[in-house]
Amino acid sequence: MNKHLTLSLVLASGLVLSACSKKAPEMLPPDPGGSAAGQTTDGTGSTAPVPGSQADFVAQMMGQDTILFDTDRYNIDATDQTALATQAQWLARYPAKRISVEGHADERGTREYNLALGERRANAAKNYLVSLGVDPGRITTVSHGKEKPLALGSDEASWAQNRRAVTVTVD
Amino acid sequence: MKKFIPFVLALMLPASALVAQTTPPTSTPAPTEVEEDVVGSLGANDAKIAIPAFATNADVPTQTSAGSTSTLGFSVANVIFGNLRSNGLFKPTGPSSLPRPALAQVQAPDYGGWRGRGTDMLVQGYVRAEANGNITVGCYLYDVGLGEQVAKAGWTVPPGEWRRAAHKCSDMIYSKLSGENPFFDSRIAYIAETGPKNRRMKRLAIMDSDGANHRYLTTGQSTALTPRYSPDYKSILYLSYFNGQPRIYIYDLTADRQRLLLQASNPLFAPRWSPDGKWILYSMATGGNTDIYKMPSAGGAAVKLTDAPGIDIGGSFSPDGQRIVFESDRSGSQQVYVMNLDGSGQKRISFFGGRAATPEWSPRGDQIAFTHIGGNFRIAVMDPTGGNLRYLTDSWQDEAPTWAPNGRVIQFFRTTRGSGKAGIWQVDLTGKNERKLETPVDGSDPAWGPLRP
Repeated sequence: MNKHLTLSLVLASGLVLSACSKKAPEMLPPDPGGSAAGQTTDGTGSTAPVPGSQADFVAQMMGQDTILFDTDRYNIDATDQTALATQAQWLARYPAKRISVEGHADERGTREYNLALGERRANAAKNYLVSLGVDPGRITTVSHGKEKPLALGSDEASWAQNRRAVTVTVD
Repeated sequence: MKKFIPFVLALMLPASALVAQTTPPTSTPAPTEVEEDVVGSLGANDAKIAIPAFATNADVPTQTSAGSTSTLGFSVANVIFGNLRSNGLFKPTGPSSLPRPALAQVQAPDYGGWRGRGTDMLVQGYVRAEANGNITVGCYLYDVGLGEQVAKAGWTVPPGEWRRAAHKCSDMIYSKLSGENPFFDSRIAYIAETGPKNRRMKRLAIMDSDGANHRYLTTGQSTALTPRYSPDYKSILYLSYFNGQPRIYIYDLTADRQRLLLQASNPLFAPRWSPDGKWILYSMATGGNTDIYKMPSAGGAAVKLTDAPGIDIGGSFSPDGQRIVFESDRSGSQQVYVMNLDGSGQKRISFFGGRAATPEWSPRGDQIAFTHIGGNFRIAVMDPTGGNLRYLTDSWQDEAPTWAPNGRVIQFFRTTRGSGKAGIWQVDLTGKNERKLETPVDGSDPAWGPLRP
């Protein structure tokens, strides 16, 4: 009995660990509200985004507009699934809205391979959204390879943030 | 002056690409230079080469950027000096620190005087302005120890191409002393980079092998990447985000115009030419799966060459055009594979540990240069069966080798950790002679074109 218990505990903690190890945010992703992009100001001091806008999407996602990947990987893990489900819910509310999924790689890869890798990541995100019922006709993908890093350091923490697929709405 | 025309200057170089649209390309006659059969008495690596300013028959104005024939004579010698010095194989002394020989001495060197200076090999020459504005350059190589002429040649060029005569002279000297094929008279396409790491502007640019005649081809409003010169230097394949998506464009250097290679809704990467210019390779992603395709450069149906799940990308033809080396992650990580021209016989050749990427087949056929990733990113070479791995560089991130036309020198780009700044570097096959190329701004993705006719 004891032996069994220990085993399942180890398994469970192993699962937690593996789920966390990839995302372990040594540096937190940027505050989604802090980004000026898409934020609307109406001059009265209110910054409430227009419902269905890119700013609204970013605000509602609270960081879940971006999913992260391990080195050279493109699989959608549990954390990614949660984020993509949140995106799909928002998209269900605004069925006329189209999106672009932008795939990226960290700088520690060769240029052309990283372009293809970013495309593969963007497609993985797209495919998962489609599996959740989002019309594939609403989703385009684009890869920027390693050309547009988000975090500027040359360290593991920065690279982990840059291996990403970012969903943006298209007007 | 009649006395001073000892050989036929028959090699007319074609007009520059800039004026090529008004001048139909002329077929270039074979070089008619007469070379004496002399075996050099020195190892090329140790040779102390003196390159004094070239003489002239009359100091008259020219239409060149270098001024009068006299200053042009200095500049020609200086270009040769720069070429030989940067190659690292010789110990040249340039015109700034040497006396300029008189015209009569060009063919009758003061051997005693040069021996007194410790000179082993001597390069002398002259420049002459022709009535039509063209420039004639004569180039002579002497073995000072033996007191003998080793080689001579001459070229007549349009004034805008005077540097090409200096490169041809450099090539003659290099070939004669090293036994290798020439490479200086060639051009390089690359990506010029400016701006902060997360908003780098990346422009298509071209330059001579020594960095001269630099020119930007795109404005930088859309990101340009991975250029490849066509074998005839008339166009450049490259990737651009012109419409927001990565697509392959052909930049026509004659018309200064660019067009989309293929109408496709899918992303296209990694354009390549076959050595004869008749085929184009490109890589296309479909549903995240990237494969390599081949199409006739004149237009026509594309053939899919790879079909493995995963990323198959790039490709470089063997010099005979019969095989293609490419990279694939079908095994789980980037590795180097070869295949036949029709895609058959795909076979992995890199088994070194780590990852192997961006393979480029040497123009000599005997080596494949690639990026080895295992900790650092290093430029390495192997033979076409994957044997005899040799590292040529060791830095934090060196990638994307491109071969000099003679297969003895490699350029690549080196990225600095932290800043992300990139520069174009050059290394020879010994790995010992490594240097950074001077470019107006940062540079990446060098693509060396063939030797010019």
